[in-house]
Amino acid sequence: MADMSVAHTAGASKLGRFIIYGLLALVCLYYLMPLFVMLSTSLKSLDEIRAGNLLSLPGEFRTDAWVKAWDSACTGVQCEGLKGFFWNSVSFVVPAVVISTMIGAFNGYALTMYRFRGSDLVFGMLMIGCFIPFQVVLLPMAQTLGALGIANSTVGLVFVHVVYGAAFTTLFFRNYYVTIPDELVKAAKIDGAGFLRIFFSIILPLSVPIIVVSVIWQFTQVWNDFLFGVVFSSGDRQPITVALNNLVNTSTGVKEYNVDMAAAIIAALPTLLVYIVAGKYFVRGLTAGAVKG
Amino acid sequence: MGALSIRNVRKSYHGNEILKGINLEIDKGEFLILVGPSGCGKSTLLSMIAGLDSVTSGEIRIGDRVVNDLSPKDRDIAMVFQSYALYPNMTVRENISFGLQIRKVPAAEQARIVERVANTLQIGHLLDRKPSQLSGGQRQRVAMGRAISREPSLFLFDEPLSNLDAKLRVEMRTEIKLLHQRMGTSIVYVTHDQIEAMTLGDKIAVMKAGEVQQFGTPREIYDNPANLFVAGFMGSPSMNFIPAKVEAVGGGYGVKLESGQRTHVFPVPAADGKLKAWEGREVLFGIRPEQITHKSESRLGLPQFQTAEMPIRLTEPTGPDTMVLVPINGKDVVCRVHPAHARQPGESMELMFDLSKSVFFDPASEQRIA
Repeated sequence: MADMSVAHTAGASKLGRFIIYGLLALVCLYYLMPLFVMLSTSLKSLDEIRAGNLLSLPGEFRTDAWVKAWDSACTGVQCEGLKGFFWNSVSFVVPAVVISTMIGAFNGYALTMYRFRGSDLVFGMLMIGCFIPFQVVLLPMAQTLGALGIANSTVGLVFVHVVYGAAFTTLFFRNYYVTIPDELVKAAKIDGAGFLRIFFSIILPLSVPIIVVSVIWQFTQVWNDFLFGVVFSSGDRQPITVALNNLVNTSTGVKEYNVDMAAAIIAALPTLLVYIVAGKYFVRGLTAGAVKG
Repeated sequence: MGALSIRNVRKSYHGNEILKGINLEIDKGEFLILVGPSGCGKSTLLSMIAGLDSVTSGEIRIGDRVVNDLSPKDRDIAMVFQSYALYPNMTVRENISFGLQIRKVPAAEQARIVERVANTLQIGHLLDRKPSQLSGGQRQRVAMGRAISREPSLFLFDEPLSNLDAKLRVEMRTEIKLLHQRMGTSIVYVTHDQIEAMTLGDKIAVMKAGEVQQFGTPREIYDNPANLFVAGFMGSPSMNFIPAKVEAVGGGYGVKLESGQRTHVFPVPAADGKLKAWEGREVLFGIRPEQITHKSESRLGLPQFQTAEMPIRLTEPTGPDTMVLVPINGKDVVCRVHPAHARQPGESMELMFDLSKSVFFDPASEQRIA
């Protein structure tokens, strides 16, 4: 009787496992298909694209679409590829991510470890910031940037993304710091450490996993942003997302799908890289269990 | 000069009074225990002594300074937390020297202190490890090391042993007591464990619902509890409380006890005067398990000893003693009997009551009568 039931559950779990892996494989395939199509198309020649099957592998691997996308494709009137815009994006994404993450960490620390009168209200108002759609802030932000004299500049774009991102990063850090025992801060206070010393010597070193989360989130948001980029920058200061749009929409008779695909992959590459590199640290940070005192 | 004096200290949160006028005083080198059930305010009081919580009214002095408005770092204290609160990102060495570093102690001096502390607590081999690589007992030692490194004038311990398993807890208890003997620094120690309180304290403050129920030496509190709560809280197994009528007997007064088919009236000469007013009324007769034992011939005839034959409902052997449950006045009463003399449930045995330390409470007010 007992043996039978054991055999029965073992069989059921095997079947369950099979179904789970089957489903996972299906979902995987579904999500990887577009990437596969993009990659193979970007490596084909135009003739092959016109003639062949969408799903077929390229007959010969050609990288000239990639070179063109990077170096000489036309984005409107100029034809210098994406390279300039790529570095544009890097130049404002990096400071925007770094600054908004730092502000989030600091806010989260102040809101959890140093409760002050009305700190919950402040946190509540910051939370609302997460729900404000981009479009709503466009006009007031344009006015603010104008008043500050940083309209149409990299600094301005950094400012916009920091302001918009701070609500999210604060939420991340605040929720993470709630799980850190406040006895740590009390111990440090008795040891004689002040507000800043506790933050930099104790809290920040414990924040690696949440810093990684915040960086992934912010990098993806800011790098992929189109609306703020198109509104608050112009000409050769525009981010890569805007340039990609211009590149795809600029055609001289023939639609060069292989160049479009290569350009799209180039534009997406940095976020992919961040996920691959930082994701590893993220998991490591979670499993190290270093946070438990 | 007192090491710590707490005068009429109150604390309220949002109109709720957590501490209702606490008065405590200890001398230099004394070990003060704050003990009570959870929610009695003992940890809040410790936090206020540490400066982590503000004082609503009253005065706290450490040494000869009023510290009400001093920040924790200026109070000359060190604290050991329940969770140990070691800095996870620092090695043991860095944990111990963090406070010294902030106080700008020269590096050579720091190294010397860390070495001395490590020797005292035998954690020299752990200095380069991170807290996550230590066992519970080792973390406990490091937490104490961090506290003693600064040589404060007052140590605060917040339930430091409650995260350890039973065996280790007893070991560390001994170690804390030895450490106190060697260093002679005053200690305030919060616990909910009455055995820790009895074994460690020079003075014990038993707290309940934001008030000190009794403040005294362990002996005073154990032998002379001020009220029903203190009597029941201290001691394990706890004191028996038997509802009993006061009757005149042999020129004095005593309590009437019924067990099985028999009725006994035990005279209590020590409490005669105070029981007089309660004649014919019911009181709570308090007697500790170790004061009810098997019959011993050598004590027969002494006035404070009474014997009675009682039926046994249950026995619980603990090893050194056997707890015997007998019904008296409808309550199960625990007696601590030598295993060799214990009889089986269903049988009856002669028990000897030592009434010299028995106590009496008013059932309504729960205050001590005699």
